[in-house]
Amino acid sequence: MKIKTKFFGEVDIDEKQIVSFDEGIPGFPEYKKYVVLNDEELDFVFLQSAEEENLCFITMPPAMIVGDYNFDLSSDTVEKLELEKAEDAAVLAILNIPEDFKKMTANLKAPIIINTKNNKGIQELLDGDNYSMKHQVFKEDV
Amino acid sequence: MLVLARKKDEAILIGDDIEIIITDISEDKVKIGINAPKHMKVLRKELLEEVKEENIQSAGSKVDLKALAKAMKK
Repeated sequence: MKIKTKFFGEVDIDEKQIVSFDEGIPGFPEYKKYVVLNDEELDFVFLQSAEEENLCFITMPPAMIVGDYNFDLSSDTVEKLELEKAEDAAVLAILNIPEDFKKMTANLKAPIIINTKNNKGIQELLDGDNYSMKHQVFKEDV
Repeated sequence: MLVLARKKDEAILIGDDIEIIITDISEDKVKIGINAPKHMKVLRKELLEEVKEENIQSAGSKVDLKALAKAMKK
């Protein structure tokens, strides 16, 4: 099927690629279907709505931002995603990219978790103060 | 909305398996203990609001991918 995307024009995707966010993503509860797109030139991962052309989150695996990113997934989420092993989970941090993109921040407190075995996704909210919702991606001297 | 008056150490039950206990009261703050099944998500409401706000901002950013790609390669 063909979908319209925010950054890549019309893209032909396999329906099997669709990731279902049954609860939506906070702020956008009406959209439940997304696809993960990659760009050859950039290390970003694009979480594009399959339903709304203009809705696309630019993300990055948190491990590329902080070396030792780890957390306990709530049993609620494990159940909802039907996650069997931690290795099946793909984790993405949503990036907030301002015009001056050196000031780009990553939301490490509310990572996107996708069960790669069944393509179910959720935005998890982590307890505690270990990670920030606005984690500076670049150190200031960049 | 149901509003109940509670004193310190008093509790409220919701259904069979949720218990809310007032553990401490001070001038402008109450401490609340919550016993609930693990699968129930307990969240500070403002945290969810923050995530919404952050998501809306992130999705709304107008990014020039080509310029960004160039800058990242430097």
